[in-house]
Amino acid sequence: MKTLVWVEHDNAQMKDATLAAVTAASKLGEVHAIVAGSGCQAVADQAAKVAGIGKVHLADDAAYANALPENVAPLIADLMGHHDAFVAPATTTGKNIAPRVAALLDVMQISDILSVEGDKTFTRPIYAGNAIATVTTSDEKLVITVRGTAFDKAATEGGSGEVEAVSGSGDAGLSAFVSEEIAKSDRPELTSAKIIVSGGRALGSSEKFEEVITPLADKLGAGIGASRAAVDAGYVPNDYQVGQTGKIVAPEVYIAIGISGAIQHLAGMKDSKTIIAINKDEDAPIFQIADYGIVADLFNAVPELTGKL
Amino acid sequence: MKILVPVKRVIDYNVKPRVKADGSGVDLANVKMSMNPFDEISVEEAIRLKEAGKAEEIVAVSVGPAKAQETLRTALAMGADRAILVQTDDEVEPLAVAKILKAIVEAEDPGLVILGKQAIDDDSNQTGQMLAALLGWGQGTFANTVEVGDGTIDVKREIDGGLQTVQLKLPAIVTTDLRLNEPRYASLPNIMKAKSKPLDQKTPADYGVDTAPRLTTSKVTEPPKREAGEILEDVDTLVAKLKEMGVA
Ligand SMILES: Cc1cc2nc3c(=O)[nH]c(=O)nc-3n(C[C@H](O)[C@H](O)[C@H](O)COP(=O)(O)OP(=O)(O)OC[C@H]3O[C@@H](n4cnc5c(N)ncnc54)[C@H](O)[C@@H]3O)c2cc1C
Repeated sequence: MKTLVWVEHDNAQMKDATLAAVTAASKLGEVHAIVAGSGCQAVADQAAKVAGIGKVHLADDAAYANALPENVAPLIADLMGHHDAFVAPATTTGKNIAPRVAALLDVMQISDILSVEGDKTFTRPIYAGNAIATVTTSDEKLVITVRGTAFDKAATEGGSGEVEAVSGSGDAGLSAFVSEEIAKSDRPELTSAKIIVSGGRALGSSEKFEEVITPLADKLGAGIGASRAAVDAGYVPNDYQVGQTGKIVAPEVYIAIGISGAIQHLAGMKDSKTIIAINKDEDAPIFQIADYGIVADLFNAVPELTGKL
Repeated sequence: MKILVPVKRVIDYNVKPRVKADGSGVDLANVKMSMNPFDEISVEEAIRLKEAGKAEEIVAVSVGPAKAQETLRTALAMGADRAILVQTDDEVEPLAVAKILKAIVEAEDPGLVILGKQAIDDDSNQTGQMLAALLGWGQGTFANTVEVGDGTIDVKREIDGGLQTVQLKLPAIVTTDLRLNEPRYASLPNIMKAKSKPLDQKTPADYGVDTAPRLTTSKVTEPPKREAGEILEDVDTLVAKLKEMGVA
């Protein structure tokens, strides 16, 4: 089988999320990659070095600069004329583009796969990860998104893929990029952080979140996450949300602070290696899955913890 | 402008789903069912656009069993004007739902279709994007804010690194994220009024759509269980544990 992997990037740097998709694709067969962007030769060069990628299709066009699905999906659908499976990481970009490609190909997408069980058989989470379905497709071509925490990352060195320029129809005239608000931070990205400190509604304000959570995260070199309640209340930006409908994370250590443990939150973090919970309610559901818990007022316990590290 | 709002009847988000002992699926017998929460956000957004004078009519659509009528009545009670039930007892995959919606769009000619970004049962996150592809329309997925302009719509989207704003030509597809709005509750008088709002009944065959599934589910299992661990006495014990783990 010949696969085509979506390379996630910002036109300069390939994103880590790509690497789990490469691993998933390599279980299906030969791995090709598509780098669609503008002025993104450097990304194609990085992708060509990834172990397992045989060929990189580079579509360099101003119309692809922001991965607008209206422009990019027809390009991929064309390339699928000589590939058997389109494989994208289950990032917001992958989730935006892949279903559009699937519909253009008249294929039913398989979202967020956890494992490859055969050429056409996969497992995937349903009901906020409370059930795992094994599904087999009867479609000839495959369109798949890959859960990043479920596959190892392919090595970024060791490959020697060739880069081939391709072109598509460019701007579909349906959409335009206006602006972006991307927070710049030296902190590890949530989906690749080894340690995550997450805060919930109990923090009460963005000031308190900053005052209590940030120093602990700094001490541990951790990424910062949050529950939906904390995001909705405006304590932190939306991209901090961990959960069924936010980010899926599986760090070595996840510290949930003032988070009750609703199933929607657990869906995003229950595959973490060690879970630590700090909550003043001993009956909070988070303690049912935590390896270590502290029943205490977070406003005392967390500063004490930070101080003692 | 007319707005089409597809809504799905799903397990209530407060219910913990249980896998059936025979591995055939999730047990939905005697389980509370509700409108998919993202679809409530879609209905709310459509109503706000109507209240702001940007839309004249809101049509709610559901593809599902006869009971999905209740979901449509909820949409009508919130403020949708009329409803269409495309009735089927089969499970309809996102691709087939998108095909049915495409046919409805062709019949109804809306300027905007607002869908939830995902249904909390199958967690597919596909239907809106697929519908946009089939119609050849622009798509503003995971919407945080929308602003209807003159022949265009600006959609601020929740993306992995933050927020992105795109401008789409109308007609267009929007899919909702959690921060777009806080859906209203239907008032009792509105629930009563909704009972007499028009609700059309159709079938997938009326739209010439083949809903035969492309995917077969051979089994549904429970995820690996996590056991509750230990409650530590104090912060010092936690510090010791963190040191043991090598993270502090
Ligand atoms: C469609 C949908 C999608 C959703 N998606 C997500 C998602 O992706 N991610 C997500 O997180 N949620 C999601 N949710 C929301 C979820 O259902 C919960 O509402 C949310 O996770 C609750 O956040 P929380 O734990 O911070 O708040 P709460 O449930 O209010 O919990 C606060 C906790 O803090 C504790 N506490 C209070 N004060 C203190 C103190 N001083 N010291 C210590 N502890 C204290 C309390 O005991 C309580 O356990 C979703 C909901 C819906 C309907």
